[in-house]
Amino acid sequence: MMVFGPIGFAAPWLLVALIALPILWLILRAIPPAPIRQRFPGVALLLGLQDDESVSDRTPWWLLLIRMLAVAAMIIGLAGPVLNPEDDGTAGDGPLLVAIDGSWAGAARWPRLVEALDAELRRAGANGRQVALLDLADPEQPVFRAANALSATLPGLAPSPWQPADAADIVAVLPEGSFETVWFSDALDYPARTDLLSALQARGPVRVVQSATAITALTPATYADGLVEVTAVRADDGPERTVSILAQGRDPAGNATILARANAVFDTGATTATASLSLPAELRARVTRFEIANARSAGAVTLVDDSLRRREIALIAGREGREGLELLSPLHYLERALAPNADLLRGALTDVLPANPDVIVLADVATLSDGETEAILDWVDQGGLLLRFAGPRVAASDISRSEQDPLMPVRLRAGGRSVGGAMSWGSPKTLAPFRENSPFFGLSVPEDVAITAQVMAQPDPTLAESVIAELSDGTPLVTRKREGQGQIVLFHVTANAEWSSLPLSGLFVEMLERLAVSATTSSPEAGDLEGTIWTPEVVMDGFGALRDAGAMPGVPGPALVSDPTGPNLLPGVYVSGDRALARNVLTTDATLQTATWPADVPVSGLTAAPERPLGGMLLAAAIGLLLLDVLASLALSGRLTGRVRATAAALIGAAMLVGFTAPGAQAQNEPADEVAAAAEVVLAHVVTGNREVDEVAQAGLRGLSDTLFFRTSVEPATPFAVDLETDELAFFPILYWPITPDQPRPSQEAYVKLNDYLRSGGLILFDTRDGDVAGFGASTPNGRKLQDLAAPLDIPALEPVPRDHVLTRTFYLLQDFPGRHQNGEVWVEAAPPGAEQVEGMPFRNLNDGVTPVVIGGNDWASAWAVTSSGQAMLPVGRGFGGERQRELAYRFGVNLVMHVLTGNYKSDQVHVPALLDRLGQ
Amino acid sequence: MITPLALREKAETQAARLPALLARAEQLAGAVLLGEHGRRRAGMGDDFWQYRPAQIGDSRRLIDHRRSAMGDVQFVREREWQIAQSVMLWVDQGAAMRFASTNDLPTKAERARVLGLATAILLIRGGERVGLTGTRLPPRRGNAQVLRLAEMFTEDAEHDYEPPEHRAMIPHARAVFISDFMGNIDDVKTALTKAADRGVRGVLLHVLDPAEEAFPFRGRTIFESVGGTLEHETLKASELKDRYLERLAERKAELQHLCSVAGWQYGLHHTDHTAQSGLLWLWRALDGGRART
Repeated sequence: MMVFGPIGFAAPWLLVALIALPILWLILRAIPPAPIRQRFPGVALLLGLQDDESVSDRTPWWLLLIRMLAVAAMIIGLAGPVLNPEDDGTAGDGPLLVAIDGSWAGAARWPRLVEALDAELRRAGANGRQVALLDLADPEQPVFRAANALSATLPGLAPSPWQPADAADIVAVLPEGSFETVWFSDALDYPARTDLLSALQARGPVRVVQSATAITALTPATYADGLVEVTAVRADDGPERTVSILAQGRDPAGNATILARANAVFDTGATTATASLSLPAELRARVTRFEIANARSAGAVTLVDDSLRRREIALIAGREGREGLELLSPLHYLERALAPNADLLRGALTDVLPANPDVIVLADVATLSDGETEAILDWVDQGGLLLRFAGPRVAASDISRSEQDPLMPVRLRAGGRSVGGAMSWGSPKTLAPFRENSPFFGLSVPEDVAITAQVMAQPDPTLAESVIAELSDGTPLVTRKREGQGQIVLFHVTANAEWSSLPLSGLFVEMLERLAVSATTSSPEAGDLEGTIWTPEVVMDGFGALRDAGAMPGVPGPALVSDPTGPNLLPGVYVSGDRALARNVLTTDATLQTATWPADVPVSGLTAAPERPLGGMLLAAAIGLLLLDVLASLALSGRLTGRVRATAAALIGAAMLVGFTAPGAQAQNEPADEVAAAAEVVLAHVVTGNREVDEVAQAGLRGLSDTLFFRTSVEPATPFAVDLETDELAFFPILYWPITPDQPRPSQEAYVKLNDYLRSGGLILFDTRDGDVAGFGASTPNGRKLQDLAAPLDIPALEPVPRDHVLTRTFYLLQDFPGRHQNGEVWVEAAPPGAEQVEGMPFRNLNDGVTPVVIGGNDWASAWAVTSSGQAMLPVGRGFGGERQRELAYRFGVNLVMHVLTGNYKSDQVHVPALLDRLGQ
Repeated sequence: MITPLALREKAETQAARLPALLARAEQLAGAVLLGEHGRRRAGMGDDFWQYRPAQIGDSRRLIDHRRSAMGDVQFVREREWQIAQSVMLWVDQGAAMRFASTNDLPTKAERARVLGLATAILLIRGGERVGLTGTRLPPRRGNAQVLRLAEMFTEDAEHDYEPPEHRAMIPHARAVFISDFMGNIDDVKTALTKAADRGVRGVLLHVLDPAEEAFPFRGRTIFESVGGTLEHETLKASELKDRYLERLAERKAELQHLCSVAGWQYGLHHTDHTAQSGLLWLWRALDGGRART
């Protein structure tokens, strides 16, 4: 290959032919254009007329120029010019180690990284080099092998949600001998990098490929003064930049949605930007994660745990009305402990219960009415935490004396006891260290906590199970009983300092935290979590996608907080008991640093200008020029007249249109169309991208619309082709969605739109078009695609259409629903479990609404499809039987549209007599 | 000897062309209201003219008894003098006439024949005798003559430019010449001179295609006549336009001059105009078929 500047030629010797151009010029110049023979009666009058001397008989220079350019373009095009030819002369021939950082920082550019890797491997393969791949974040012993064998493994590469950790680990797996290294860096600095670089440089030359794209990430969200603050950090202090931060969570129906969004603005030169969101408590509790819009990386996602939740705690004391004795109030210490991070409810028990608080604290409340007891039990069953404190009243009452009160974890002995007082023996008791099965395990017990009085639990074989904290002499201090999904906890002392100094100590607050009564808004310290084991619930991969943790092992509490993320500590949400803690890629005060390299390491960008062959373009230009020459010659010789001229102009125009609009040309429904769609009933189908299927779907809906128009009072307008990404769906009562194996998956926003559509009464008719040969198993590509597409949709339980479904009688009485295929099962929303047939009624009183989806594989659109002249587009079945099948397909369509438009109207029992009559029963 | 089969085939071909021409000519002629044909004086004829008192010398058979019975005077019923005029047509059948610049336009020959036949139909309806110049079809009356004329008009001549037929012209008859007059002007001069000598007056209709008036040609062109006998090559046709138009204007002026000298009328018709306009002009030029005595 010969290279001139940025252009190289594959066959440079062909360029010699350019010398022939001047000769060609002379030859062409001498030949006048060929004459036209023209019949003309007036020739008799022309006889004897001579041409002027000055009349040119030569081809005009500009026409010659066009021809010369065409020939030159052809010669150069055939010589195989290549823009930015890949330089393969400088590469060595020894073994090559391709190292990638493989951390979350590269996730956003992962496809480009894989492309660059592939190009690197191809280049190495072309030079016959042995190549090994080393993922620094997940180091494994690299093996040198043929480059193309390695290329096959590239699609399996994925970024890890952590940074490469220990240089020693990586150096340990480096292969023996010397080799060249290409290091694809994620542009983010990490401590082990310099050690690693020197280790690699010891083995051979190192060059670095690193892109300059800015890396942004989120630190954990914090809650302060009613605002949720999310801080974005970036590696480089570049110009002002705005990132959009999305609060993702679940809506009341349990579907993933974007709950809020806010902008964080990086000032020029600043590396952090903070967005504040003011969210109502209800909404805040729903947020599961914050993420930077359009940044696909684990660092751009920060998971949210309990710290954003403010629990609602109802405080109820039995002994009110002693004004002025604040410090003696049974609730005073609780209020002080809980008020900073919980919403407190005050009021009568029956008033606060409907508010469904997370915790109800009963401080020294002895007796409750039966109604109250029952209500509280119900509430505990649903997951409430009832926290009771003892006190003089409890001690004095008969509650839970002879048999266990349902709202008490244990039976109590009469009177309680008092130790260390003026009138009693012994000294005040201290707490024993917490046992391992206690939720308080790991909390250190301060020396100065002293218990002077308590209520006593009745000894009983099951007592030991209930005790979660005890005194140094082994008497229970805190007992617990699980009840349904909730629990009842009893502190055997008062909630104020009357009986013990426990409420005065920090331990009290920590105990409340462990019981999930309160949650701190600041992230916990390692010491706070001593002794706890946290099991992952959901974990994040390098792209920031969440997945179920499955049976991954638990992590000790201190490690969860202080260790860096790595293979053993994936970012995710960890739970311990009732508490959840989020571990994110970045910690609160993390900063990002761009990796900088020593001067002796060559650094190149990730995207070198790609090699671009120019031959095709030049040849196309040559053909274009020749076409132009044809037109120009015609014009010059006077043959380009009238209609020929119009045709030529049309052709050129069409060619230009094709040339300019072919890529990215797409059907976009204009707002005007949407107005039309809103004005009339319009059927619509989803654009699959497969032209044939789309055409058939459009024709099918046209056929169905015509049928509806002729037979019913539904008079639909021309059907729409709906692009899920761009078009508004609200106007269409029904969406026909043919499944093709290769159609693109709709985006997150499109799914949000689709779920909205389904919830607001829309109907989607899924058609796998495969005749349901697989029974919606995964064994046809279409079936698999359907499962994949429909997974994020809010679809209720389904069942095959029962014989008494309203779909069988909304307009026609039907029992099966053929399309181009017959016998395929059709699935609709399942009947409610309680639906039973009433004696004497032909059908059950089923769904009170429209089924949101109808799923089948009968290829209905093909049976409905008509050409623009109204002829059936595709054959169905054979002979008259086929036409009958087509008719039934139309009837199914009519029934379906009627079902969408009239709901369960035909289910109404008013119609039973008439329907009975027609059914002949 | 022509076999019956060949004869029939030929006849069918001819007949296939005939009705079309005839029908178009009839349709065209139907649009023109027939004027008055009487001579405004007593003479031989069918229509009543006047009653006049019988005079000496009148045959008794001429006395109209119904009128005379009303009084004592005897009346003779006089009829209007109706005389048939002979009109002779010449329609150029030369190859040059079979030219149309675009597919949308009729050829000049087609237009000339339609106009000629339509004129003949009108004249025959008016009771005149119509025929062709020359000896092939002398003027006769009656519808059969229309068929004969139509048949004559379907015969194409071989030569590019046919000279006007001027033989056997009936003295004091009227004549209609329809052609593009692209051929030798001397032939026209001879014909008109001869006609003038015999007291024949008439109409000369110059039929031209729009392309012949506009000369929309450019570039290197070889012009050839329709029959292929004449050829002219030019390297730049657009250069010729002015000089061609000049010659055409000269030709028209010359024809006009000849007509005025011979007492004929000169008319110009373009094939892109309606045939109706040409026919109307012809009809007026023939003075509604009235013979001017």
